[in-house]
Formats: sequence, C-alpha cells, structure tokens
Amino acid sequence: MAATDAQTSLRHAFGNVLAFFILILIGVLAFSIRLFSVIKYESVIHEFDPYFNYRVTQFLTKNGIYDFWNWFDDRTWYPLGRVIGGTVYPGLTLTAGTLWWILNSLNIPLSVETVCVFTAPIFSAFASWATYLLTKEVKGPGAGLTAAVLLAMVPSYISRSVAGSYDNEAVAIFALIFTFYLYIKTLNTGSLFYATLNSIAYFYMVCSWGGYTFIINLIPMHALLCIVTGRYSSRLYIAYAPLIVLGTLLAALVPVVGFNAVMTSEHFASFLVFILIHVVALVYYIKGILSPKMFKVAVALVVSGGLAVCFAMIAVLVAMVASSPTMGWSGRSLSLLDPTYASKYIPIIASVSEHQPPTWPSYFMDINVLAFLVPAGIIVSFFCAKIVCLIFSCYSVEFLTKSRWSLLLQACFSPLSDASSFVILYIVTSVYFSGVMVRLMLVLAPAACILSGIALSQAFDVFTRSIKLQLPSLSIDSPVDAGDGSSESVVPDDTVKTDKTEDTQKERTSKKSRSRKSSSESVEKPSSKSQIKKRLSVLPLETSIIAIVLLVLLGAFYVVHSVWAAAEAYSAPSIVLTSHSHDGLHVFDDFREAYAWLSHNTEVDDKVASWWDYGYQTTAMANRTVIVDNNTWNNTHIATVGTAMSSPEKAAWEIFHSLDVKYVLVVFGGLVGYPSDDINKFLWMVRIGGGVFPHIKEPDYLRDGQYRIDNMATPTMLNCLMYKLSYYRFVETDGKAFDRVRRTEIGKKHFKLTHFEEVFTTHHWMVRIYKLKPPKNRIRGKTKKSKSKANPKTVSKRKELKRNPF
Amino acid sequence: MKMKLNLFSFLFTFTILSSHVLSISDLILTKVDRRIDLSTQIVRTTTTLKVENAGSDIVSEILLSFPENHAIHLAYLSATLNEGRGKAKPSSGVSLPYDEVVSPKDFPNSLKVYSVTLPKGLGKGDSLTLDVLAVFTHILQPFPEKITQADIQLLLFQESAHYLTPYPVKVQSLTVKLPDARIESYSKLENTKLQGSELKYGPYQNIPPFAYLPMVIHFENNQPFAVAKELVREIEISHWGNVQITEHYNLVHGGAESKGEFSRLDYQARPYVRGASAFRRLVAKLPPRAHSVYYRDEIGNISTSNLWGDSKKTQLEIEPRYPIFGGWKIAFTIGYGLPLQDFLFGIDGKRFLNISFGSPINELVIDTLIVKVVLPEGSKDISPSVPFPVKQRHETKFSHLDIAGRPVVVLEKNNAVPEHNEHFQVYYKFNRLSMLREPLMLIFGFFFLFVASIVYMHADLSISKTSASYLAKIQWEEVQATIHQVHTIISRCLTTHDKLEASLRDLSRTGDIQACKATRKSVDSSLKELTKELKSPVTFLQSSPQATQILPKVEEVIAKERDLQERLMAKHSTVVDCYEKKLGGREIENRVASHQQKITALRQEIDDLMDLIDEI
Repeated sequence: MAATDAQTSLRHAFGNVLAFFILILIGVLAFSIRLFSVIKYESVIHEFDPYFNYRVTQFLTKNGIYDFWNWFDDRTWYPLGRVIGGTVYPGLTLTAGTLWWILNSLNIPLSVETVCVFTAPIFSAFASWATYLLTKEVKGPGAGLTAAVLLAMVPSYISRSVAGSYDNEAVAIFALIFTFYLYIKTLNTGSLFYATLNSIAYFYMVCSWGGYTFIINLIPMHALLCIVTGRYSSRLYIAYAPLIVLGTLLAALVPVVGFNAVMTSEHFASFLVFILIHVVALVYYIKGILSPKMFKVAVALVVSGGLAVCFAMIAVLVAMVASSPTMGWSGRSLSLLDPTYASKYIPIIASVSEHQPPTWPSYFMDINVLAFLVPAGIIVSFFCAKIVCLIFSCYSVEFLTKSRWSLLLQACFSPLSDASSFVILYIVTSVYFSGVMVRLMLVLAPAACILSGIALSQAFDVFTRSIKLQLPSLSIDSPVDAGDGSSESVVPDDTVKTDKTEDTQKERTSKKSRSRKSSSESVEKPSSKSQIKKRLSVLPLETSIIAIVLLVLLGAFYVVHSVWAAAEAYSAPSIVLTSHSHDGLHVFDDFREAYAWLSHNTEVDDKVASWWDYGYQTTAMANRTVIVDNNTWNNTHIATVGTAMSSPEKAAWEIFHSLDVKYVLVVFGGLVGYPSDDINKFLWMVRIGGGVFPHIKEPDYLRDGQYRIDNMATPTMLNCLMYKLSYYRFVETDGKAFDRVRRTEIGKKHFKLTHFEEVFTTHHWMVRIYKLKPPKNRIRGKTKKSKSKANPKTVSKRKELKRNPF
Repeated sequence: MKMKLNLFSFLFTFTILSSHVLSISDLILTKVDRRIDLSTQIVRTTTTLKVENAGSDIVSEILLSFPENHAIHLAYLSATLNEGRGKAKPSSGVSLPYDEVVSPKDFPNSLKVYSVTLPKGLGKGDSLTLDVLAVFTHILQPFPEKITQADIQLLLFQESAHYLTPYPVKVQSLTVKLPDARIESYSKLENTKLQGSELKYGPYQNIPPFAYLPMVIHFENNQPFAVAKELVREIEISHWGNVQITEHYNLVHGGAESKGEFSRLDYQARPYVRGASAFRRLVAKLPPRAHSVYYRDEIGNISTSNLWGDSKKTQLEIEPRYPIFGGWKIAFTIGYGLPLQDFLFGIDGKRFLNISFGSPINELVIDTLIVKVVLPEGSKDISPSVPFPVKQRHETKFSHLDIAGRPVVVLEKNNAVPEHNEHFQVYYKFNRLSMLREPLMLIFGFFFLFVASIVYMHADLSISKTSASYLAKIQWEEVQATIHQVHTIISRCLTTHDKLEASLRDLSRTGDIQACKATRKSVDSSLKELTKELKSPVTFLQSSPQATQILPKVEEVIAKERDLQERLMAKHSTVVDCYEKKLGGREIENRVASHQQKITALRQEIDDLMDLIDEI
C-alpha cells in the first residue's frame, strides 16, 4: 500500500515536472516564433497603432503616471487636440511602462522601444500558459498542454503579436483567456478567492482592450444558459455575482470606460442576468424552506405579481434605451450586431480593411487545421471521449449488445459540465463575431485552440490506448484477453524490467503501477477493466496506427503552416518594405526617410496634413503636429481633410491654410508598385468627406461607376489635390507616366502646381511632401479672379477685406 | 609620446596659472612659406618660418599672431621644429608647446597672439626653422548664402597676402590650393599667378611687421560640408573583452543653405548637377577588427550602409536617410565593438585605455565633441590624459545590474577637426575580481528564488489553523485519501477476480481441477482480507461530513463488488462442479450463462463507478 502511494506520488511529481518543463518550452516556442520580424527585419515598432502606443509609453516613462492621466496631446487633431489619458485603454501602456520601470530599477538598460517591441511575444507566452490553465479546468492537463501548444503558434494570434506589433490585442488576448480561466476555476471550485481574482483579471482586460465587452456579454450568457438548463448552483452565483459587482466598479475606474460601464447597452445583459440570478437564488432558497405544496402556492403568487413588475421595468428600460439614437450601443458594437450597419452609416469604420468580413481562405490562413478540429472538439466536449470511441467502435464490432446500448445512452444524456458548456458557448459566439470582422478572428483563435486541443488530446488518448492494449496480445498469440496488466504470461517479464526491487508478493501492485506509469496523463486503468469494456473502447490496431499517423501529419502540417505564416506572412513591419529581385534584397525605407526628414528639417510647431492612416506615425516618428490620426474620434475633422484632398488645388489650399497646415504628406506607390497608397484609398476620402460636406459627390470621381485615373477619368478626379500631389512631375520619370499599381498610364500628365511646392520626395517616391506656398501670392490671384466674376457687391467687399493688408 | 604627453599636461596646468609679460624680441623671419589648403571645408594653413635672432638676448619664445576673426575659428595649432633641412613632414618633429597670451600694448588691436616656447633658447645669430600648422573651420563663407538645388556652391575666402606677424619678414610667399573647379574671382595683387588649381602670391620681400594685404578668393567647392553640431562618443570598457563605442551624431550641412523646392526627379536624373552641393554618403574609418557595427537613428535601423574590412582598418560607408542639402540636418548613431586587448594595457598595477579621441568620419568638423569613457564598476584612481586642452568632468552611469554605478570620465572639446584624432589615455585601477560581481549576483538571485519557492511549496501559509474553510480543506484531503484507498482496494479485488477467471480458463485448457481449487482457496482468503481492509476507510467515510456526496457511490461500488464476488464464486463452483461431473463444454456454458451475463454487467457498472470515483 505504502509503496503504491509512494509510487503514485512520485509519478505525480514526475508528471508535474514534465508538464512544467513542457509549459516552459511552450512559452519559449510562443516567444521565439514571434521573433521572425526582428530577425528578418529589425527590432522596430510595426504598422500604425503601435506607434501611438509606443509614443504614449514613451510619455509615460518620461513623465510618470500622473502626467499620463492628465496628458492633453496638442500634437494631434490640430487645433482640437486630444485628451490621451481619458481616451486611451491604458493597459498595454501601463504594462510595458511597468516592465520598463522594473528593468530599469534593476539597472538593466533596455530602451522603451525594446521593451515595447518584446511585450507582445512575452504576453503570448503568458497567453499560452493561460490557455493551458483554462483547458485544464475544462478537460484535464493533457488537453491543456495540447491547447497551449496550438495557441502558441496559431497564425491568427501571431498576426497580432509578432515582436514589434505593440498593440492592445497583444496583452488583451492573455487577459481574455485568463479571465475566462478564473471564471471557470471559480465555477469549478466555488471559491471567493478566485472570484476576486477574476474581477481583477477582468479589470486588467477592461484596461487593455475595448473587446472586454465580449467578456461582459459572454459570461452572462453562460450564466443564463446554466440557469435555463437548471444547473444553478451556489458556485455559479459566486462565479457570477462578485464579477459583476467588483468588475463593474473596477471598470468604471478606467477613464476611457468610466460611466459607460453602467450606461451603455453593451453592459446591459450582465445586469439583467445579475437580477435574474438573484431571483433564481431566492427561488431556490424559498424552495429549500417550504414544502413542495406551499412552494407551488408561493410560485403562483409571486409569478402573477412579479411579472407585472418585470414588464413595467422592461418597458421603462426599453423606452430609455430606445430614446438614444443608436439604442445606447456604440458604433463598433452595432456594426457587430448588424454587419451591414457600418457600411451604411459609418464609412470610417467600414474603410478599415480589418473591419471587413473575412473570406473563407482567411479562416484557413488564420486558424488552419483548427477549423477542422473544432467540430470534433465540440463533440468531445458535449459527450465524453469514451462515447466517441464507442460510436467509432460500433463500426468495428458487428453487433451492439444491450449493455453497450445502455452505456451509450447513459453517456449521451450525461449532463454537460459547466466548463465545457462555457467553452462551447465561447466558440459559437466567437465564430459569429469573426464572421463579421476579420479582426475578431483573434477572439476565435483561443476558443478554436482550446477545442482542438481537447479533440486532439482525446483522439491521441483513444488511439494510443487502443494500440497499447493490443500490442501485447499480438506478441503472444493467444486467445487470452488483451491488456498488459491481466495477461499472466507477460507480467513476470514486465516486473523484472521495470521494478527490480519489487518482491513477488507485491506483483500486482507493481504491475499496476507500471501500467499506470505507461499510461498517459489522464489516467486510465486498463488492468481493472473487464474484457468487454476494453473491447468496447478499443479500436482495431491498424486503424489506430493509421489514425495516429494522420493526426501527427495534421499536426505537422499545422506547425509548418504556422511557421510559414509567422515567417513570411505576418512579420513584415509595414513601415519598411522589402522585395526580392534578381540582384538580391531590396529595401524600401521611404516612410522613415520622410519622417526623419520632417523631424529634422521642419520647424517644431509645423503642422503636417495627411490622410489619417499616417497620423500616428507622423506624431511618433516625425514629432510633428498632425490634423487627423488613426484614432478617428472626430468624423468631421477627418471629413475636412478628405474634402481638402478631393478638392481642386485652390479650395484645398484654403482648407489647409485655415487649419494652419504647412506641409501636406501623400503616399504614392505608382513608381514602385506599392498598392496601399493614397490613390487607392482615395475613394474613402471622397466618401468620408462627402458624408459631411455634401458638395463632394462620389459619382463625380467615378466614370460609369468605375474608379479610374487614366484618360477616361473624370475631370474632377484629374483636378483634385490628391491626384495632383501624387502625380506631380511623375511623367518625367519614364516619359509615359505609367502607374504600376493601377497598371495604366495616368490621365493628366503635364500640370503645374500653383499653391503647393514640392519640398521632399523619398527615394522611391513613396512619400511626397509638399509645402503650402505663402498666402501673399494667392490673394492677388484671387482678387483678379473674383473681379471677373459677375457679382460686383461681394467683389467690392472682398476687395476691401483682402486689400487691407497691403 | 609619453614624455610629450606629460609635458603637455604639465604645461596645460602651468598656463592657467601664469600670465605672460611679453616683449618683442629682435627676431627676424628670413623666409616664410605659406600654403593654404582650401580643397575641403577645413582650411589648413601650413607655414614654414625660418627664424633668426638678430638681437643679443637669448630668445625662448616665438609669437604667432592671427587676426581675431580667424582666430575664433582656429581649431588646431601646432608648431614643430624642422631640424633637417628640406622637406620634413610636420608630424615628424616634436610639436612645441604653445599658449595663448595677452597681446602687448604696442600690438595692433583685434589680434590674437600665441607664443611658442622653444625647447632651448635661440642665441644671438642662431636660426631655426619652424613648421606651423593652423587649422580653421567655418571661415569659408558661402556666397551666395542661399542656393537652389541646381546651383553650385560658391565660397568666399579672405586672407592677407602678407604674413601677419610681429616680426619683419625678409622673403615670403603664399600658395593657395583650390579644389579642381571653377574659380569665380580672386584678388589680383602683384606677383599673382594661377597655375591649375593653385594660386600663388609672392614672393614678397622685406615686409615690415604687422603687414596686412587683404585678398579674397571666390571659388566653387562642392565638397561635403558635414558639420557635427554635437557628437557624443561613448566608450564603454568591459573587462569581459570588449570596448563598445557608441557615437551619436547630430549633423548639419554647413554650406550654402538650400532654398526652394527639392525635386527628387531632378536629383535622381542628374545627381551631380542638380544637387552638386549635397552630400549623400560619409565614410568612417574604424579601427581594425571592429565588429557588431550598427548604424541607426531613433526611429530604427538605416539600411543604407556598407562595410569593408582588412587587417589595417575597417571602412564603414554610411548613407544618411536622405541626401543632405545645405542647411538640412540629420541625426544618427553609429556603434561598434572593438577587442579589448587592442586598446587596454597595463602598466605598474594600473590599467590604461589608449584610444583615439575624435570621430572616425573623414573631414568632419565637430562643433562640440563630448567623449565619455565609461569604466567598469569599481574602478578607482581615474586620471585621463589628453594631448590638448579639454574640459573634464565626472559622471556615474548605471547599466547592467550595477549597484554603485560606473565611473564616467567626460571630456569636452569644442571645434574639433580630424587633427584631433590623436590617442588619449585614461588611467585607472581595477580589481579583476569585481568582474565576477554581477554573475554571482545573478546566481545568488536565482538561487534564492528557488529556495524561496521550495520553502513556499513546503510551508503551510494559511493564516488561521482553526478557520472552518481550513479545517474543511484538511478534511476533504483526508476524504480524498480514503477514497483513494478504497479505490485501490477495490481494484485489487478486481484483479483477484481476474485471477479467478484465469484459473477457470486454465481449467478449461488443462482440466486440472486441483490447481483450480487451490487458486480458489487463495482467492477466497485474499478477498476476505481485502474486505477487512475495506472496513476502516468505509467507517471513516461514513463518519466524515465532507464525504456525504460521494458516500452513496462508494457504498454502491462496494455492494456491487460484493455481488460480483458472489456471482463469481457461484460461477466458479458451478464450473468446477461441472468439471468434476465431467460434463460437456456446451452444458457448462449453458449453466454458467446466466451468471456470466450478470458478471459482465456488474463488472461494467463497477468500472464506470470506479472511473467516477477516481475523477474526484
């Protein structure tokens, strides 16, 4: 007995240490697979939003936390400015700032940039550990490890967390999974400690990402599901109620959320369920006190009275919600609920490519084989693996005995555990959301990993067990039952092999411990199974081997795909581009060239106008004031810039001049074939501009509904500022003005700029910077023109007004 | 070299204390040859003076004078004795100490005077030859001051055609070397000759002291006018074998300012016409065996650079992010590592770093050069020695797990030119054992971390030993242990059952009834023992309040096991009976069938229940 205990504890310890090392390796894998961008390119912040986060982090580390909360940024949204402290999700910045601060107080001199670059890989290692914990709560450690490995390299998550991709999602996914883990943990244990931790994790999630609304809707949905299916328990109450109370209080502490935590409809479901769960708790309590008869009477009483009150309350609520134009939902949430909403009403949201619905290939690209494993995972979570195995084995065994039937039925109707129902709810909702926006594929990825991890580990479990049970029976060609433990002839050999110290009296125990040791993490005891049961859960040997080989191939394919995605598809920093030509690697570093030029050769207070995509980069890299940036909080302001870009030169000059703009920056890819340039984004500028200023009409820029810039283009198009700034003197490069992105010759080749002058163009012409000419020359030209116009009264007025300065 | 340095530092301190009283001695310059090199932005004036003492006193000082507007741009001055007749290189001789002196009253105003101390006094009638090298920056004035992209850069240079000196000059001549380009205009004085790109003035004879004959040259120069507004060189010594040098440049194009448009098209089509005055690349000569070279700025790596290396030097060619036109600025950082043994030496218990002072970039004017030497933590008795006057101060830098911080020697020099690329030394004492401090710190840090986690894992940290939850937890653990015990006992029962079944099979094969009976006996006894063993855990479970949920299952298992046991026994007896009666196989099967079915079902149920219990 004692020996067995010692053996078991040793085995447990061994398993724990093994699992620990596997987890460390998973962390290393998650971290290092994201370093392709640093190795292939450089340690640099990627894309657009990360530059803003980087700039905020720099400010935080330089000026401290209090200045950060009070930071009014006058470098952006000129002349409005932006209150950064109150409009930014501070989780990421505070995390990186804290990391930097800890490192620096240990005198490890890492720059803020380095810390920011590596925050995302570090947190993806954390995220895979959190996945392990969550899946372990749902289905055991084996599935946990598998899920963690899958998450460590799921392409969808890699795309958002490569080194340098310093964006909210980098830490938010970790926070999301960890919150879910703590929720499940609380649900399984009913411990208030975990419930408190859960609300703190939720607070961190609220700090990090707007996607926290997903949590605050999913958890109530799950609680509701539990209540409806009659699985209310005190554990559910402890898991749910503290989270809502504490979580909402904590969420309201985050300035960007503030009273939204109780005011907007996104949080509404949680309060409704909060009320409901109390009602249910009360009902259960009363049910406990009263006799069944009394209870029925009480129900009848309460229901009639309660319903009336409820209807009244719901009516009031509905009236309140309906009184606001968007029903109390933010634009982004509405576009989730109604996928067509954004394209109808908010072109700014629709103009972002990551807000478009995904295509089918993008599912395969982003979650790869997980897409096929998820259904299996759902089935496995619904029923236990044994049943799946039983169903499979029905094909191999000719008949179903009565006992088998009863087993099957019994298992099928065994209730779903709270944890697995949560995971299934999670996958179902996230599949829907990912179908609305490509960006939310990220939320789907952890769920897909968890379910695939469960499916894979259960499949491996079944197949390896089948093989293990059948192998000895192959070696001894006897009709005696299979299984390593019970065939007497094998036992002595085994004991000698494994436990030499064991005396013969303890033969059985040693036998058992050996068989245990050899079995997988989720301990199954073949030795104690009856013959039939074994036969039931055993698949034919050949089938098992082939299936395992196929599974390994599937896994290998996933790994190969993920590594490829990490190395090739998702590692480009987009701020520096490379191309492989016959004479080697060619680097296009035009963006930084332009930003460096701006930062060194213009006045500190100069304002730079560009389309909003480049706003964050300009403020972060060039340190110049911009008119609009990627925050897109003020549609009118963006529309103003859009209007200026789509207006003719003179009108544009006036708009820009009124905004005190000195330089205009355009991105032009026509010379080298860089497709995401301003000309390709131009229709959005027209649309957004036209949305606010009706004199900009989209059809004016389209010839027969087609967007073109060749000689069939409309005159409005050929005269707008964007066209002129992009193609100024372009014809002199090759004589034909052939645009390599649009693959046509441009419509209007020779023209001069009257109100703008070229001050800088980068090496590959990708960024062109123009300066507004000073107004003195302008007014003379304008007065002349206005003279020629018919309205003498206004002319005379204008004359007086304009001539005054001279 | 060493002597010279000591001499210099001595004189440097001495100069500050002393105030000279000057008197014009009776010196005569018998011959003066001046060469002015205008081919780059740095103006180098090499003057060969043949000095003769016409008076009776022994003269130990020679005065050199510069007009004030030039003197403020004087970056470097050195005077060497030219001992051998003919053309000796200026660097071959020992350069003489000099210092700035207050100009005497009888000197004209706006004149700066330096006095060169001779190693030994010049006796009556003796003569010597002195080579003076003066290097000026920022004295070439762009004219016009602002040019467009297409214009060439024209410069104006003003000097005196006569050598400005407090002594009478017998014979003198001036040669101005111009770049191979257009010369817009030059002052045509007497004896002026233009030969190729060399402009010659003189020879002039018997010129009195303080003669000043202004002359102006207006010429084209498209050489790079790279001026570093500030250069911070950080030299960090690691005794693990590396000298890390980081240089932060803040460059500006110091030539004629660019105005109007910059057209990339023009620049790309004809870079040497449209953009002649711009510079697009800089060349840095790094010491040999430089490694880990990087070139970046605050927004990331700059990919336009090239590196060649051989055993003599490493050449780094860097291209700024954009071509630098007049007045444009750029900032970047170069860093590289050097092997420690090439630069660090030991001398009687002290160590000293011997490394060059200035920037490795060719023909670069540095307005403010700050050299920071970061010594390893724990260095003592630090004393720098620099061959020319610099401002000094000390700082402390914290990096890589420092506790006390690393001592930093900061040397500041204004207006530095390539001539300042001399080696300088920093002497310090350092104990080799201090090197081990940081690794040991890490080792102990991790050690204590592990110890702490071991302690944490083994210590019971619950605050209250009497609280309900704690007791419940302990009870629950006990219950779990007991259930585990029950589980093992029952599984042992099941294996015993298996044994019984096996004996039956043996019976069918061999027909050995006795052996079968013997097995039966042993099984009976072991089952009895197991039943006894089962009692104590079950009673515990019954008494424990925590086990109420699980208890029915456990009891069910036990009951079922009993049932199964009985069935098996019955089956066994039947089979043995049949064998004793020598009945046929079919008959036996018929008799056993009812038992068999029950046994299978029971076994199944027990297995399921066991799984359930095990999961708790």
